[in-house]
Amino acid sequence: MATEKMNDALKQGVADLARSLARKDFTSVELTSAYLDRINRHNPDLNAYVTVTGEQALAQAAAADKARAGGTALPYAGIPFAHKDIFCTSGVRTACGSRMLDNFISPYDATVVEKMNKAGMVMLGKTNMDEFAMGSSTETSWYGPTLNPWNRALVPGGSSGGSASAVAAHLCPAATATDTGGSIRQPASFCGLTGIKPTYGRVSRWGMIAFASSLDQAGVLTRSAEDAAILMQMMSGFDPKDSTSVDLPVPDYLATLDQPLKGLRIGLPKQHFAQGLNPEVEKQIRAALTEFEKQGATLKEISLDNSHLSVSAYYVIAPAEASANLSRYDGVRFGYRCDKPADLEDMYKRSRAEGFGAEVKRRIMVGTYALSAGYYDAYYIKAQKVRRLIKDDFERAFREVDVIMGPTSPHTAFPLGSKTKDPVTMYLEDIYTIAVNLAGLPGLSVPAGMVNGLPVGLQIVGRDFSEAQLLNLAHRFQQATDWHTRTPGVEGSN
Amino acid sequence: MAWETVIGLEVHVQLATKSKLFSGSATAFGAEPNTQANIFDLALPGTLPVLNGEAVRMAVKFGLAIGAHIGRKSVFDRKNYFYPDLPKGFQTSQLDYPIVGKGSLLITLDDGSTRTIGVTRAHLEEDAGKSLHELFPNDTGIDLNRAGTPLLEIVSEPELRSAKEAVAYLKKLHSLILYLGISDGDMSQGSMRCDANVSVRRQGDSKFGTRTEIKNINSFRFVEKAILIEARRQIDIIEDGGRIIQETRLYDPDRNETRSMRSKEVANDYRYFPEPDLLPVVVDESFIAAVKATLPELPDIKSKRFQSQYGLSNYDAEVLSADRATADFFEAVLKDCDDAKLSANWVMGDLQSVLNKAELDISHSPVSASALAGLISRIKDNTISGKIAKTVFEAMVNGEGSADAIITSQGLKQVTDSGAIEKLIDGIIAANPKQVEQYRSGQEKVFAFFVGQVMKESKGKANPAQVNDILLNKLKK
Amino acid sequence: MALELKDIENIAHLARLQLSPAEKSEALSSIANILAMIDQMQAVDTTGVEPLAHGFDASQRLRDDVVTETSQRELLLKLAPSTDQGLFLVPKVLE
Repeated sequence: MATEKMNDALKQGVADLARSLARKDFTSVELTSAYLDRINRHNPDLNAYVTVTGEQALAQAAAADKARAGGTALPYAGIPFAHKDIFCTSGVRTACGSRMLDNFISPYDATVVEKMNKAGMVMLGKTNMDEFAMGSSTETSWYGPTLNPWNRALVPGGSSGGSASAVAAHLCPAATATDTGGSIRQPASFCGLTGIKPTYGRVSRWGMIAFASSLDQAGVLTRSAEDAAILMQMMSGFDPKDSTSVDLPVPDYLATLDQPLKGLRIGLPKQHFAQGLNPEVEKQIRAALTEFEKQGATLKEISLDNSHLSVSAYYVIAPAEASANLSRYDGVRFGYRCDKPADLEDMYKRSRAEGFGAEVKRRIMVGTYALSAGYYDAYYIKAQKVRRLIKDDFERAFREVDVIMGPTSPHTAFPLGSKTKDPVTMYLEDIYTIAVNLAGLPGLSVPAGMVNGLPVGLQIVGRDFSEAQLLNLAHRFQQATDWHTRTPGVEGSN
Repeated sequence: MAWETVIGLEVHVQLATKSKLFSGSATAFGAEPNTQANIFDLALPGTLPVLNGEAVRMAVKFGLAIGAHIGRKSVFDRKNYFYPDLPKGFQTSQLDYPIVGKGSLLITLDDGSTRTIGVTRAHLEEDAGKSLHELFPNDTGIDLNRAGTPLLEIVSEPELRSAKEAVAYLKKLHSLILYLGISDGDMSQGSMRCDANVSVRRQGDSKFGTRTEIKNINSFRFVEKAILIEARRQIDIIEDGGRIIQETRLYDPDRNETRSMRSKEVANDYRYFPEPDLLPVVVDESFIAAVKATLPELPDIKSKRFQSQYGLSNYDAEVLSADRATADFFEAVLKDCDDAKLSANWVMGDLQSVLNKAELDISHSPVSASALAGLISRIKDNTISGKIAKTVFEAMVNGEGSADAIITSQGLKQVTDSGAIEKLIDGIIAANPKQVEQYRSGQEKVFAFFVGQVMKESKGKANPAQVNDILLNKLKK
Repeated sequence: MALELKDIENIAHLARLQLSPAEKSEALSSIANILAMIDQMQAVDTTGVEPLAHGFDASQRLRDDVVTETSQRELLLKLAPSTDQGLFLVPKVLE
């Protein structure tokens, strides 16, 4: 009986759990223990978590239960979740998928972490990711690949694949994630989840380990738009510690979830429905779009003329910024240092060669090259100009339409190891998502169909700071469809 | 064949902010190692910079003081290189869009002539930490307290033509930053450091020679010596038919020579690019107006005012206005006595030499401005002579009280009673008949002997003008 | 401007990465492919286009000049691989 009750609890999302905990259907300690149990059973196989913080989680849960008994609990106190291992967590190893930081116990909390703590949320652990968030499959982690719970021969997407796999396999109801070129939306698509990357500047980057500073943005992976709204409400807001944080009030995301869609103009970029898109995926996306039409929206083909250049521009800008962001990993003040360095030069070169994996080193080199004497104008400046053209394309489009929709990824999850040999193939994974980061816009992926038993994601892109609208559209869609309720056949979850 | 030296200076000035350029860590000098190096300064993963507004205001203040264009939109860049005292692996600096653009500085040379030297630009950047090489046998110790301290790098045009001009430029810059209160300017603590770009060419050539850069010179004297010795080295090479290699050199004051820093020569490719963690710094008219309102009267203007208001010579006005505290002291003296020339002489002369000897700043002068004014007033009203005044001043320095008190207690009041002086002179004339004879027979030099005798007898207190008059009168009889 | 092995060696040095001969040749071919993909953007005319460094247009906020940090030296030094007398240690740097 008790097991059955907790099995049911493990199926609940954040919104439902808040209601159940308030009704005292179960305690946070019971819930947290059930999750820790489940992680224990399934994580060795999925490798979604790299660190499980059981003791700390149970202490947080007990504190939440106490607050609830005393009537002082905040609405989401006691709800378990997981952090991507890119967020610095005080006293807990923060490794960012890298051997370089395998021994790094952060002495401070990221702003996002602080906000979740304040809300009384219970951190179950830290999730696996591509090393320094560089990847689209969670295969570049020092801690080994994470598997896709829908099919363990497949990748969960990346770089937030640990978070996606954990949420999809019900190893947590929700998880934080980050997105530099698609790292929230593509795993959401591959794992059948709702994933939102907010507008650049909406969520503080303080304590979020940098990959590409002008593109990185934190968001969440959840099982519904409502849950995403709750967590975005918690995480968003101005932070004086981040110079790129925007000082704008955070609207009440839950308040507008149910707004009707009548009169909504949806733009469909022709470049996102062109060659390269799997026809079965296209069919699912087209079907999903008719649901929006049914609710009163109109569809309009638009053109993002320079979208085919977004991957090119991105692979100059992101590696260039990364090459400098990763210079601090030098074996001097923290992190990995090679054994018995012969001299300073040897210490630098071997610590970095041994501490970083192949993909990270590759991107550092690409970025170093793009910034080096004689190539700066041809690569870096050119890419910044193309970035302007891409942003202009979106601005033009948003004069005609309210939001832009299309597939999040050209296909469903792909087999482990199938793209690791050829970096360029892997880079093209983000073809539909990357331009959104270059323009700094908010983007969301919502489950919108299945192909051969695998989830398909619909991407919704809005104007700057239109998170409320994206969540509203995703919620309305989820009220009319059940794609987001489908779960992989992980033992014990259904 | 005459040679000309061409010099451009890059001066790093540590700004006197309380906290660092991009973090809330303290900047105080001399703290225990790494106690002012916090998570951002150590470049811990996930940390981010936030710009110190005071550093921006100080930079703008400097820009306004040299009549420079203020960059309305300046941009921070990352300058990438690896060194253990550079925690992020890049220095945040400004390359293409500095906060301060072209301006100029008026320098005064020893002969009193002036020249205007162009300032190319000034930009904000962060300082590095310190590497301690001598402490351990096999290791270098790294102290990051200084890492992130704000620097203003001020770059001159290559318009300086001698080591002396370079020193005059540095002194003027030093004077200016102290005036503005943007740095303590303490060269011994590294608050002001200088790199010199030096080249030589034959007099009359229009093209510059190949230059070398002498790094991190930390005193005015060494700047002069380093430039002289480097110019000599270059001239010797060229005269021997050799060529100058463009390189970075280090000045060794012990051996008075410059030597190549080969270790730093390996193709520096700094890969500058805009710092994505910071946004463009926008300085608008109201910001500039607010900073302008805080500008003090600057040395050049003060010097002109001293000349017109007090009738000082150009030289006196320049010397007094070069240091803000000295100028303020001078004007404080003038508040209580009205002889500008005499006050200037005392401030620049006796007071300055006492301060120099005791290695004291004028703000710690043992004699206050009003006390000095008291002394000067007694000279003015003939209570004491200039000579006795020196004795009184010495006693004042020793803390024996005010000028008046010392004059009274030591009985130094000048004798101006002509009857008394006559009596004294009569006695001396009577006692020295031989000298009187000599004088009257045309040896007028003997006059000085009589003056000396009178002053000796009066213990210096007799009014010299009266002594002259009466003596002349009596001897001519 | 075909990428050569010496370019790889140069950037590996600038980035302080030790590469084995095998890693160098792998880097040469994979980076050459990446650059070929990147070079697609050379085809678009960007004359007169202002480079864009951030997705949004805003200016830097200024912080008050206040000391907000206190020493956490003992905690922070514990993160380092080698320290002594409050200093971080690195193999001796020869000037």
